[in-house]
Amino acid sequence: MLEIKGLEVKLQEEDKQILKGVNLSIGAGEVHAIMGPNGSGKSTTSYVLSGKDGYEVTGGSVTLDGVDVLEMEPEERAAAGLFLAFQYPVEIPGVGNMTFLRTAVNAQRKARGEDEMSAGEFLKVVREKAKALKIDADMLKRPVNVGFSGGEKKRNEILQMAMLEPKMCILDETDSGLDVDAMKLVAEGVNALRSEGRSFLVITHYQRLLDHIKPDVVHIMANGRIVKSGGPELALEVENNGYADILAEVA
Amino acid sequence: MALAKLKSDATQARLARLTMPDGLTAARKDALGRVAAMGLSHKRDEYWKYTDPMSLTQADPVPAAVFESDESPLFAGVDSVKIVFVDGVYDADASDDLSCAGVEIDRLVDVAGKDIHWATELYGTLETRGQVPVARPLAALNTAFATDGVVIRATGKAAKPISLVYLHGDDTSDVMLHCVVRVDAGADITLLETGPAAARFNSVLEVDVAEGGAFHHVRTQGRDHERRAVTHCFARIASEGRFKSFTLTANGTMTRNECIIEILGDDVVAHVAGACVGDGDDFHHDDTIFITHDGLRGESRQVFKKVLRNGAVGVFQGKILVKAGAQKTDGYQISQSLLLDDDSQFLAKPELEIYADDVICSHGSTTGAIDEDALFYMQSRGVPRKAATDLLTLAFLAEALEEIDNPALADDLYDRLDSWLARRS
Repeated sequence: MLEIKGLEVKLQEEDKQILKGVNLSIGAGEVHAIMGPNGSGKSTTSYVLSGKDGYEVTGGSVTLDGVDVLEMEPEERAAAGLFLAFQYPVEIPGVGNMTFLRTAVNAQRKARGEDEMSAGEFLKVVREKAKALKIDADMLKRPVNVGFSGGEKKRNEILQMAMLEPKMCILDETDSGLDVDAMKLVAEGVNALRSEGRSFLVITHYQRLLDHIKPDVVHIMANGRIVKSGGPELALEVENNGYADILAEVA
Repeated sequence: MALAKLKSDATQARLARLTMPDGLTAARKDALGRVAAMGLSHKRDEYWKYTDPMSLTQADPVPAAVFESDESPLFAGVDSVKIVFVDGVYDADASDDLSCAGVEIDRLVDVAGKDIHWATELYGTLETRGQVPVARPLAALNTAFATDGVVIRATGKAAKPISLVYLHGDDTSDVMLHCVVRVDAGADITLLETGPAAARFNSVLEVDVAEGGAFHHVRTQGRDHERRAVTHCFARIASEGRFKSFTLTANGTMTRNECIIEILGDDVVAHVAGACVGDGDDFHHDDTIFITHDGLRGESRQVFKKVLRNGAVGVFQGKILVKAGAQKTDGYQISQSLLLDDDSQFLAKPELEIYADDVICSHGSTTGAIDEDALFYMQSRGVPRKAATDLLTLAFLAEALEEIDNPALADDLYDRLDSWLARRS
């Protein structure tokens, strides 16, 4: 599904190399997790994959189902099936949550040459999916993320994911700022979306999210590279011993 | 050359082209006297520092091509009394019968013949009051030479909005229209104005709101790229009166909209708002507002939003004057611009002058670019950059549109803005 080969990225403004050759291969239906200390390049990886400005790719490649992603605009990547759940979802005053969702769903459908969803159909689907995430009608009406609590924002991200039905979902520290109940709710939302054709890349600091979203593969990222990969037990090792042992081992 | 001489020469040149129409002679002669004494506006006047009035004051108008629109007229779905002027000339065939329950409507040219006392008395009165403390000679010029317009007296709740449609058909038309509205105690009326009216348009609207009366005003100024307009709205509001005015401007080379409101009674509500979308370095748009509080517990709001790109210039001069004794005044003023590139500019001059000691007055002005984080967020969800920019632009303007009480009118304008933005590349 997603193939990252030798990805090298630097910050445009600071001439600072952040990613120094990231290799990652995620098969269809797999759930991969990336853990790593602060500043290791985890969030940069998610931003570069989704096409945020300010990063210069100096080497390597990224393909989604064999198609070069790095040449695409962010909206083209989205239409191709890539989705990033933001660590800090952006507030958009004046744009209603529903309006935004419908615009996004229909823009993607249009880009893929599909028929747009009718207002009635959209409403039916969105209500159903919102209910599962305990998102009430008021939250759907309000401007995007404005005045939402941390938990509401993250649930809203998962609602967007559920509506857009991407094939490659990247979750950037979706657990940050969530209490245990909110994390469970979000994890349930994610698990409900797991399927054979849909892959996940879960970026997190903490093992506890991975108790709820069970990964197939865990990667440890440090200093712009993936330094170790393994099964779910690797996350437990980090939880118990921190990164020091692993980093010493690979140094 | 000395400013006085420059102004006097320009004024003489302008007056030489004009002939005073019949009727309302006393008021017209008075106004002419004011014009002669003040001289026409000049860019060296402090009040015109950010907007060069030359094209509005010069003897002949700059020609303006007629915009061929394929759109349906705005507010077409609103059941109204439609009154049509083409290049300032009343079009009887296109207009509705001037009758409506709760309202008396006449043309300005008929005021003298029909001996309409209230209109004769009011004509030019509020304009004259509005000349202090700042001179507004283009309004006095209008009072002296306006060829037509309507006089409206709301005696109760108007059954329908009155809709003035200003069509533009001649590249060189130079038009002055003057409307007078009297809202009787407890009466309620909505006035709609749409269209560019002429190559050069000078309009004056005088609104006198009696105790408990309500006046709603929604205006759009047409999409002709080259048209020029100077408009003045003078309002005087008695106790518990309500006044709400909203103007949407898209295109036009030169627009100066002045609104001068005098709150004379207690517990008055006066809101004036505007949204403007400007594109290109020949776009210049100026909102100049002067609100005087001279009653207790008055509430005033000024909400102005401008979206500018490709070198467009927006100006806002807004003043709240709270007189001694106008206690518990609540005055609010916000002017904001969204600059879509580095070439456009927004000039704002917010002013407060307060002589009462128990008031709340606040003002703010911001200039900003589109929020890149919001843009990326929307793109990452599949919304193309252009569409995302449009959505954010509409969201920015929506706050001004919210000042319109009637949701159907606001929706009409919102949809129209949406389609205009979607057409732009």
